[in-house]
Amino acid sequence: MSNLGQRIYRGEVSYNFLGRWKRWYILSAILILISIGAVAIRGLNLGLEFRGGADFGLPSATCSVEEARTVAEVATGGPAIVTVAGSGAMRVQTEPLTPDESLVVAQELGAACGVAATDIRVQVVGPTWGAEITSKAIQGLLVFIALVTIFLAFYFEWRMAIAALVALIHDLIITIGIYALIGLEVTPATLIGILTILAYSLYDTVVVFDKVKENTRNIAGQSVMTYEEAANLAVNQTVVRSLNTSITSILPVLAIIIVGAGLLGAGTLLDLAVALAVGTAAGAYSSIFIATPVLSQMRSRQPEMKALAARVHARRKQAAAKGAQPEAGEQAPTTLVSSRVESLERNQPKRSSRSRRKKG
Amino acid sequence: MAPPATSKPARLLVALAVTVIGLGAWAFWPGSDTVIRLGLDLQGGTQVILIPRPATEGAEITDEQLQQSVAIIRQRVDGLGVAEAEVTTQGSGNGAAIVVAVPGENQERVVNLVQRTALLDFRPVWSILSPVATPPVPTPTPTPTDAAVATPTATPTPTPPPAVPQPELPIQAPTQTQEFTEDLAALNCLLPENVAGGTPDDPTQWLGACDQLGSAKYALEPAFIKGTNVTGAEAVLPQNGLGWVVSLEFDSEGARALADASTRLSALPECGQGASPCNAFAIVLDGVVVSAPRFNEPIIGGQAQIEGDFTAQEARDLANVLKYGALPITLEVADVTSVSATVGGDQLRAGIIAGALGLALVCIYLLLYYRILGIVAVVSLGVAGLMLYFLLVGLSKTVGLTLTLAGVAGAIVSIGITADSFIVYFERIRDEMREGRSLRQACDTGWVRARRTLLAADFVALLAAAVLYFLSVGSVRGFALILGLTTIMDLIMAFWFTHPITVLLGRTRFMQRGSRWTGLDPERLGRASVIDTLSGQSRRRKEQGVGA
Repeated sequence: MSNLGQRIYRGEVSYNFLGRWKRWYILSAILILISIGAVAIRGLNLGLEFRGGADFGLPSATCSVEEARTVAEVATGGPAIVTVAGSGAMRVQTEPLTPDESLVVAQELGAACGVAATDIRVQVVGPTWGAEITSKAIQGLLVFIALVTIFLAFYFEWRMAIAALVALIHDLIITIGIYALIGLEVTPATLIGILTILAYSLYDTVVVFDKVKENTRNIAGQSVMTYEEAANLAVNQTVVRSLNTSITSILPVLAIIIVGAGLLGAGTLLDLAVALAVGTAAGAYSSIFIATPVLSQMRSRQPEMKALAARVHARRKQAAAKGAQPEAGEQAPTTLVSSRVESLERNQPKRSSRSRRKKG
Repeated sequence: MAPPATSKPARLLVALAVTVIGLGAWAFWPGSDTVIRLGLDLQGGTQVILIPRPATEGAEITDEQLQQSVAIIRQRVDGLGVAEAEVTTQGSGNGAAIVVAVPGENQERVVNLVQRTALLDFRPVWSILSPVATPPVPTPTPTPTDAAVATPTATPTPTPPPAVPQPELPIQAPTQTQEFTEDLAALNCLLPENVAGGTPDDPTQWLGACDQLGSAKYALEPAFIKGTNVTGAEAVLPQNGLGWVVSLEFDSEGARALADASTRLSALPECGQGASPCNAFAIVLDGVVVSAPRFNEPIIGGQAQIEGDFTAQEARDLANVLKYGALPITLEVADVTSVSATVGGDQLRAGIIAGALGLALVCIYLLLYYRILGIVAVVSLGVAGLMLYFLLVGLSKTVGLTLTLAGVAGAIVSIGITADSFIVYFERIRDEMREGRSLRQACDTGWVRARRTLLAADFVALLAAAVLYFLSVGSVRGFALILGLTTIMDLIMAFWFTHPITVLLGRTRFMQRGSRWTGLDPERLGRASVIDTLSGQSRRRKEQGVGA
């Protein structure tokens, strides 16, 4: 264990993330199908802001759910949904009301449930507000995706941008699917959470791709390892980092969920945090298991990468025929990856000479 | 002997210290507010989101029209006399929203006030009265205006006028009834709520109203021109004129009415000194007299000029008011949220607890994993938190930033983003050491590589925050703003704190000895010995991975 990090880094111990791409793709395809199915069959539990209506929050109610519902239904003349949230807190939702009507309902609820009318949280939402928020969110999503694709295409290359986008959409679908599956309420805060996932998901992907880019900078000029192997080494080299960044990202979100659920019941904090937690986990997964394999497959289709793979295999066959090298008893991929380390070292003089130049 | 790359850290740390102290001084400059302004969801109050809709389908709402609506709503809300009430616009064009936030608990009044459509009309002045209230006279005298002609200097009244029960606004009646006269007499135009407007009047009835400055009150006849008859208004400086004037244009119906009214009114005596009816007309917006010019002559042709001792600003303001008459906007109430002060306090407390808990969890994890380097990360998180606090205080008083629950969530979430930066850097240092570099060199070369990753990743986060901020309404903006600010702070901390401190630490003997408490001990990294590499003979030893 003590030097596992070192051995992973040098490629002596490596997990073939990319080679098992079928497994990850199938897993993700199942998750995505479940998500789409959940949204199609169960639908999303849209919050008040999207449906329009009135929402009354009673911090501590002495009445029963039935009593509260009767009071609200008599006062509004329409159906009312009453839910108990946390310790004695109650939430009453009705059809859309005018502000004046909502005040009357608040007073009657307060009288029936032993709460001062001024302590009741009242929210009244017009029926078009939800459409407004949704269109803004979709607009924001599209603008962000367009801008970030341009940025990634310039900073990395267009294939990396596409691979990152595939991972991003993967994360979005799964997050939305979980909301449909569990029946969590979708509120504007949820939308914030989902939009923030975009940044998270890409952060992880950028970290991995940066290493892939570094490992494959002069890939065409050698014949020791294929693009896929170099990319796999990068994933192995960054896996500890990805794990750590994901843990530190999820820890504060978990704190929000614990405190939000424990102290407040449903609310802005909780809605936001659940989306973030799901999205962060999906983002960490997809940067390794989706983004990098997709990238590698796109690159491996290029003629020069095909040529490289042919060269590498030819050389490997040659080496096997010679039956050379003392470590050759080990598995072939291991040998190859460690020879990659040598090739890395061959690159070193460039870097150290730069730092030497600084010294002088 | 020290490489130049590592000779700068002290300078960077000084830069950071100067920045932090500067921010602190900015935030806590004596004589200014030193608190973070809380959003309504954290302190209790009422928020109304209004969506302006063009009156005619498919029309585009201009920024000017939006600003006019905001100005009118702001005037009304200010009339509530609540400190820190806010009216802001978000977005522009047909996607714009007007957000009215009023702390305290007067939900019904706020909603009633802001959702009303303001009306503009032109009314002949019947009489101009002193602004103060006159106690109701038990037996009304046949000439009620007598009581009001009192000139302020003639009867010095050091004590404020006795509290007269205020009539309900607007004071209106089909004819000049006794009740109308009594209500008007009782009206006290020195009270802010009576000059705030928000009480649109019926143009077909008589109206008793205050001047918008509270300097006079008026008895007004039914309107002769409605605001919708105004087709244009502009502040102009005539070439031969003496000062700014407001020129007005009317449609054909308005022009006819103007010709009739001006012919009739210009023959009447000058207003004041109890003259009634007199030769002035009042421009009434939203139940308040904005201006009361007199007719010099009959105006034929639908074009008029209002002259006065206007400054450029006054003329522009008046022109804006007049244009409002033709403002093709209706306001739709989209969302009303009212949060009690107790609930607000609970939410704030929950946010703080969640933040503290999140911070503690991340700190514990970083300390367990990175040991001494973890301390750098924890201190850095602390300094970043301090800077965020200063920024919030400073922005609260300069640009009126308010911290909402979503903003608090943004701050908590950003703990993770900030921690990510250390991890990227520290893991890079470890990578470099695994490749055989000494700690000192690893701190520098690792930084060069980590910096690129950090810049790219933070740029993406910043992009997300900016898009969220500019393309969203309501609480999303608060979240995006905090997220953006903390991302910038993350960069500052990484460049000016984490890197230089780590480099300085890397120079100490303790860290170089590679104790297991440093988080960089050779055993955990899998290196046979750091001392070997420190000797400088070979920074990379090919066999060391095998030997470990």
